[in-house]
Amino acid sequence: MVQFDVVVVGAGHAGCEAAAAAARCGARVALFTLEASDVGTLSCNPAVGGIGKGHLVCEIAALGGIMGDVADAAALQSRVLNRSKGPAVHGPRLQVDRKRYRTAMAAALARQAGVEIVVARVTGLSLHGGEVTGLITTVGEIEVAAIVLTTGTFLGGVMHIGDQRESGGRVGAAASSLGEALRHLGLPVARLKTGTPPRIDGRSVDWAKVALQTGDALAVQFGPTPRVREPQLPCGVTRTTTATHRVIRDNLHLSALYGGQIASVGPRYCPSIEDKVVRFGDRDGHQVFLEPEGYDDFTIYPNGLSTSLPPAVQAEFVATIVGLERARIMRPGYAIEYDYVDPRALSPALEVKSLPGMFLAGQINGTTGYEEAAAQGLIAGTNAAARALHRAPLTLDRASSYIGVMIDDLTTHGVTEPYRMFTSRAEYRLRLRTDNAGHRLTPIGIDHKLVGSDHAEAFIAATEARTAAQGLLETLKASPSALKAAGIDTRQDGIVRSAYDWLRFPVMTLDAIAAVWPELISISPALLASLRVESTYASYLDRQDNDVASFRRDENVAIAHSLDYRKVAGLSHEMADRLSAAQPTTLGAASRVPGITPAALVALLPHTRRAA
Amino acid sequence: MTIATIAALASGRPPSAVAIIRISGPAAWTATALLLASSLPLPRRLSLRQLRDPQTGAPLDTALVVVFPGPDTATGEDLAELHLHGGPAVIADVLESLTRQSGVRLAEPGEFTRRAFANQRLDLAQVEGLADLIAAETSSQRSQALALAGGALGALADSWRGRILAVLAQAEAGLDFAEDEADVAERIAEASSARLRGLAAELDALLADAARAARIRDGLAIAVVGAPNVGKSSLVNALAMRDAAIVTSIAGTTRDLIEVPVNLGGIAATLIDTAGLRETDDIAEQEGIRRARHRAASADLVLRVTEPTSTSADEYPQAWLVCNKADTLAGDAGRSDYLVSALTGEGVPVLREALTKWAQGVARPGEPALLGHARHRAAFADAADAVRGAASASDDVLRAEDLRRAAHALGRIAGRVDVDDILDCIFSQFCIGK
Repeated sequence: MVQFDVVVVGAGHAGCEAAAAAARCGARVALFTLEASDVGTLSCNPAVGGIGKGHLVCEIAALGGIMGDVADAAALQSRVLNRSKGPAVHGPRLQVDRKRYRTAMAAALARQAGVEIVVARVTGLSLHGGEVTGLITTVGEIEVAAIVLTTGTFLGGVMHIGDQRESGGRVGAAASSLGEALRHLGLPVARLKTGTPPRIDGRSVDWAKVALQTGDALAVQFGPTPRVREPQLPCGVTRTTTATHRVIRDNLHLSALYGGQIASVGPRYCPSIEDKVVRFGDRDGHQVFLEPEGYDDFTIYPNGLSTSLPPAVQAEFVATIVGLERARIMRPGYAIEYDYVDPRALSPALEVKSLPGMFLAGQINGTTGYEEAAAQGLIAGTNAAARALHRAPLTLDRASSYIGVMIDDLTTHGVTEPYRMFTSRAEYRLRLRTDNAGHRLTPIGIDHKLVGSDHAEAFIAATEARTAAQGLLETLKASPSALKAAGIDTRQDGIVRSAYDWLRFPVMTLDAIAAVWPELISISPALLASLRVESTYASYLDRQDNDVASFRRDENVAIAHSLDYRKVAGLSHEMADRLSAAQPTTLGAASRVPGITPAALVALLPHTRRAA
Repeated sequence: MTIATIAALASGRPPSAVAIIRISGPAAWTATALLLASSLPLPRRLSLRQLRDPQTGAPLDTALVVVFPGPDTATGEDLAELHLHGGPAVIADVLESLTRQSGVRLAEPGEFTRRAFANQRLDLAQVEGLADLIAAETSSQRSQALALAGGALGALADSWRGRILAVLAQAEAGLDFAEDEADVAERIAEASSARLRGLAAELDALLADAARAARIRDGLAIAVVGAPNVGKSSLVNALAMRDAAIVTSIAGTTRDLIEVPVNLGGIAATLIDTAGLRETDDIAEQEGIRRARHRAASADLVLRVTEPTSTSADEYPQAWLVCNKADTLAGDAGRSDYLVSALTGEGVPVLREALTKWAQGVARPGEPALLGHARHRAAFADAADAVRGAASASDDVLRAEDLRRAAHALGRIAGRVDVDDILDCIFSQFCIGK
């Protein structure tokens, strides 16, 4: 077999992004999958992006990643969520065609030099001197410098429908037994659960009875390549009824979740319909989105109906939903339990701290969501390549990106439920926007050779354009009376402001700007919009700059990996236990370990080292 | 580096009936054991033991001894207490025998408390409350300090933080989940400007009350002013019932401010004796008069002292007019609120009674005022400011940003704000998720 630098196990969203990133860095990569047709499968809802998740996709794109481009190629509807809210929380989302997504992902990997897809099963790992040196597969043993495990729900996966249980990672796909191998290596493995709704035949839906949600007229996209969008498809919006809730309540004992079959924890923000009825029984209905799965596919994904009730009960409650009275279920919903590794075992580079050479990304780290998985895949793949090629690892901090927030949350807090990105998780939310993702991350991508030369050149040009535009905006001045003379009504406070400062006033529309300063018409609308956001948030951003500076001071104080917390003078047993469990790598990370007090941080100071 | 074991007298100044020496740290038990003629008592059991000098074997005292195992102790460390007979010599000998042992030293002031804090036995607010408790000289200050040490301030900050978190959770839910469930959008109205302005007003009222808290903590200031030689110093001494201020018949004896603490029905107050107000060429006296006027301007109450022969000058219209030297009064006292004689004591109880009533009206003892510390007032003021900012924010993201700042400001008092707190709050209120 050919020599590889990096092996990626699993070709879902984490695995594809990991393989592509490692290859962009120059590593020779083998991407192992159980079925060639599995590459880039969307196991759950047919959409990419959304609130918080859209930020992740933009950040992946800024680092040269492929998810955004693939989603663009497969999009069937484009919407910016939260459009009415502040620009920091705008969430671009694409509904995608499931088949086209797979095809586009396979094409993206085929275009990427250095990635070889291997259809085989990985059955074990080889270790030498406490480091991972290779793996045992159904096509033989392979020696590698680094492995990225992205096993998704396949690790010890068990599917539940009513009281029926079946081993597997997805309907029609076998589970992986690698979980046992990981347990034997002493990794902290536990169980989580998630679920998926039944699939419905769109031809059996009474569309006249449901509201339709259409895409934005001005379609957004994630990647740099402009795409011509085919007619966008609408989604349906309907609601459950009190009759739905009655059926579910009457049959609750038959649910795998409530019948005692499943003990593990599921996500609170993506509850099964059983959960919704039990926890919010007073509501007279819950929203259900009917999402098309493709242009030439009748399948409808009824988002909001995740369930593990027996198929007959699923049919009964679906028929109580407006518009779905005659709906035909093509495949019942199910719940799935799977193994994950406590991500506190990982370094911020997503490498298992006790097993150098082994990187983990995606659901195996306790996350949920395609975007969360892909973002981790990119970081794990980059660092696997960095190990193989003897380069510096890539770590992102909380002030740089949502990716940094997520990885820090995972590695310092661990998870108690499948982890999903929210904008509320980001303390520097005003800085971490989709419009400045390139500005924040592309230079880092260039440093780590993740960004191709075309992308890098385009970025440099964009940066120059931004600097020039900002300079021009700051040079041009106007008083309120001058604006009034141009027909723009503002408070006559007599303050002469720069064009940059005037941008934050809502009255300064594009037309108004053109009327006062015709020379600004040449600035691209997207760039002007981004500068307008910066201007609007300026006073808040200044304050956050101070917070970020003090945050980074603590981030630069390293704690030795070998530190024995029980021997740190002045540290209570409780603090020592918490810190030993979390193994923070910096003083900043230690401060975020739950329950750690300022006094404990002071006690740690003698055992830290300030980075140069 | 190992932690030193510390020892100190924990009870009041000797001589006293009983004196308690407290020993805390890893060597607390072994250091105590070395002093005992017999075995250490069982944990948490007060037992009678003979103490002897470990070097000479000479008997020191017969004492009640108790040991507590850490971390469930006042300091979070292993702890021992020796209840001795309270003679100064006994205490000195026992402390000497303890601190001669290696790893044991005398405690620095407040060190037990600092250790309790370092070991999470107290939060910062409780530590500050405890420091005040030790300093409290009057019953009213003690109740304020007890409220703080008992966690009332923490509870107040927590309850406010909880209210702000609830609003913040709604604002955050509006940002992260409004597109998922329609009812999220409907309930965001609870984070409305009107509601936020109401919260800010409540915080402002709390801060206004804090001024009262500061007065209880620092004691009420009562400036005693008047012309030279009307008997201000005599009156201060009479009210304080001790000779604190020097009294002579020479006008201008008092040149600097003299502060005399008095207890007015359980409320701490300070009587400030000032230089007599007159035209003078004496530079030191001029400075004294300047200070007197300055102090009178910032005092909670001014007593303007006159004598029967004074012609009244209305320099302090809010002042209580106290006519002294009632014993020399021949006819009409003129305009005055109180007629007293510092010399004979005539009228002084009436004035003291009136002052006590006034002090109780201002300080309202029995209602612990919580924001006595500048740090706590600053945290609440920051929170009020941030909530006001949120009320006027034009953008939902900025509104949430201001509310985060408010929650952080209050979190500074007794803990910190975690994102998980906000998410927990969101998930308990909303049915989130498609």
